[in-house]
Amino acid sequence: MSHVHDLAVVGGGVHGATAALFCARGGMDVTLLDRGPLCREASGVNAGTLTMQMTRVALIPYALRAHAMWASASEWLGHDVGVVVCDGLSLAFTEQEAEILTFRAGKRREAGAPIRIIDGKAALVVEPGLSGKVLVAGHCAVDGYANAYLTGLAYRNALIEAGVTLHENRPVSGVDPGDTGFTLATPAGPVRAKRLLLAGGVWIEPMLAWLGITLPIKTLINQLAVTERIAPVMRTVVGIASGLLSLKQYPHGTVVIGGGWQGLGDRERGGVELLPDRLVGNIRLACHAIPALAGARLARAWAGLEAETRDALPAAGPVPGIPDAYVCGSVHSGYTSGPYIARLLAERILGREPDMPLFPIDRLLQPEPAPVGETAP
Amino acid sequence: MSHDLIVLGAGPAGANAALAAAGAGLRVVVIDEQPAAGGQVWRAPWAGLVRDDASPERRDGDALRAALAKSSAEVRFGRRVWSVGGAFRVDAIGPDGNEVFEAPRLIAATGAHERVVPFPGWTLPGVIGLAAATVLLKSHGVVPASPVIVAGCGPLLAAVAAGIIKAGGRVAAVVDLAGPDEWLRASPKLLTRPALMAQGLGWVARIAGAGVPILFRHGVREAEGEGRLRTVVVGPVDATGAPTDGRQTRYAVGSLVIGHGLVPGAEVPRLFRAAMRYDRTLGGHVPVLDADGRTSVPGLYAAGDGTGIRGAAVAVETGRLAGLAAAHDGGGLGPERFAALAAPCRAALAHLQAFSVAMAAMMALRPHHVAGITADTVICRCEDVTRAEIEAAADAGATEVNQLKHFTRCGMGPCQGRMCGDVAAEVLAGKTGATRESVGQWTARPPLRPVPMADLMGRFDYADIPIPRPAPL
Repeated sequence: MSHVHDLAVVGGGVHGATAALFCARGGMDVTLLDRGPLCREASGVNAGTLTMQMTRVALIPYALRAHAMWASASEWLGHDVGVVVCDGLSLAFTEQEAEILTFRAGKRREAGAPIRIIDGKAALVVEPGLSGKVLVAGHCAVDGYANAYLTGLAYRNALIEAGVTLHENRPVSGVDPGDTGFTLATPAGPVRAKRLLLAGGVWIEPMLAWLGITLPIKTLINQLAVTERIAPVMRTVVGIASGLLSLKQYPHGTVVIGGGWQGLGDRERGGVELLPDRLVGNIRLACHAIPALAGARLARAWAGLEAETRDALPAAGPVPGIPDAYVCGSVHSGYTSGPYIARLLAERILGREPDMPLFPIDRLLQPEPAPVGETAP
Repeated sequence: MSHDLIVLGAGPAGANAALAAAGAGLRVVVIDEQPAAGGQVWRAPWAGLVRDDASPERRDGDALRAALAKSSAEVRFGRRVWSVGGAFRVDAIGPDGNEVFEAPRLIAATGAHERVVPFPGWTLPGVIGLAAATVLLKSHGVVPASPVIVAGCGPLLAAVAAGIIKAGGRVAAVVDLAGPDEWLRASPKLLTRPALMAQGLGWVARIAGAGVPILFRHGVREAEGEGRLRTVVVGPVDATGAPTDGRQTRYAVGSLVIGHGLVPGAEVPRLFRAAMRYDRTLGGHVPVLDADGRTSVPGLYAAGDGTGIRGAAVAVETGRLAGLAAAHDGGGLGPERFAALAAPCRAALAHLQAFSVAMAAMMALRPHHVAGITADTVICRCEDVTRAEIEAAADAGATEVNQLKHFTRCGMGPCQGRMCGDVAAEVLAGKTGATRESVGQWTARPPLRPVPMADLMGRFDYADIPIPRPAPL
């Protein structure tokens, strides 16, 4: 009989890797499997933004704690992910945007995010690179960014140091939940574990199907772009009221432009193609916010996947009806909040009471409730 | 759809593809970033530059430009193609901003880029690529500062050295990785194209006539200088390209012209995720093609050096075949007419095979050439990534080039790895003991060339930006 791990994690993004790390540090014998190298999908190709101003209101308390985790990553993760903590601004250029911004910032402030509304002039003091066309801005001192592409290297080192049995480039094709634990089918032979965590991002849907559970996960195809290295043009993280822009300049000089403009692709093929008109729209928005950007050259653009559940809230908790099986992912703006939510789930897997409530998927397995329109802008 | 066929690149392959397809009645547009057709080998001289140039390349280039001008193919020069997608849409920045072209078929004839296997000092001002030097000489009449060391491998060595001498420059030495035995072995194959063989011997005669030494089985060890190149150190290598013990010679120089062959510019097929394969003798990763230049993506064709380094004469024929195939597939040519027109192309390719394979072999990356790269030599010059950093990434668990890119930023700069990709992959494969196939190739990303954001944006009103619906609160 082959070795039986205490926990097998399928999916080596921020969620799976964080949960694996804390479970291993909590004394468990953990193995982590990914079909590719660690953090090469959403966790490695996202815009790296660590912001409250694009985070869903219900997730603000989690995101605040996660932000503190990212800011101290060198302590608990032990490796550098290039985190910079700085001011964040969410801009409004029109009266309508000002209305959206004020309403949304208010809701996020109620949830604990320290966002204040400032006028265009005050925003220019926070960010001298801004356009003079800003009417009002949401200003939040808890903001910043990481270097997403360093995530895999940092977690890889941390997991190895924590004693996790790492299986990169080892796809799992199915799971058999037997009486004595889970058996994971892989091309290099089965892997056995007493507990199972499915942390596959957009692939949580096919993973849960292994267990006979249907949980639709929508796949977003977020377009991103980066400039060549340029002299400093900005020093904050900049977004807009609608949330469809994220902009920051890294210490090495490149400016990353994101915001979730959609490209073409799907779960099976990944981000297949960028739509040039949307790339241009995203770039226009970026240059409207930071005019000096117009002088830079676009060096590269790409598309990354993002998972979204029906209610755009996380799938993080036990799998109903299957003892010792868990799921973690589909967190909106998941790079920001991911480490904290995954750590909460690790607490639960270790048999402790998490500090904050999880997001069990039972609600998503019920028939969809009647639609309720948004009552305010 | 604005056209029946879009051709990217107006070199020997692209221009002939456009001519063939336009001749069969297709509405063709051919797009190139240069101001005139000809590509690199048949490059047109810069407007206003009066030069006495009776070279065969100039003659062939002028003939091609005249044929294209007479054909029904639309030409769009001075356009920087930055986005290709759909089936098919091409976006290019031109003098009046972004232009969009659409057609059900697309031929990628985007040529090659230069390979320079790094050595200490290779990024100093005064070090010039071998292919780049041909552009300076042919198109601009610019001669590198004398004395010049011309180093590397392949037929461009003699062509450039002779060109510099003819233009009044002084060549200190020609440094060839190949030994005389390799040239001797290749000569029967080179004789299958007597005119080119004669041209090559003419170059050698001019070099010898000027008293310039040719150092066979030698390579550049190091380029030195404060702020700009002053001296070049040359030393012996073995047949695999690895440095060997033996006397090193130091030359005081004005410039170093160096190149180690060409790498296929296959970004367009890669962007479309066409099936690719690695072939060292073709210069690197190339699209998998059928006999007429069809890739694995319906409607996408490729021709010329972007499908494997085989030179201009082969590019003419593969370009023509791809143009004919596009015309056939688009209903412009019946099967019999296609077969009749394709037959001479196939015959020509069969005749050219021995010569082009022999030339490409001289330009291929030698199996141990990268062994001579010292640990602190920069390999990715956009991002200053050294050999030691690439090997440290391998030790940290990087097994393929996209992971290497994440670990080190190697290939993340404005050239998108065109300059360093082949060497970085070779170093990673060497360090991990893996094959070039398994370390893979960098995922292609738009833009195909860096483009100024101001050009991309054009003029706009904020109110007209189609801002998508906000994410849920």
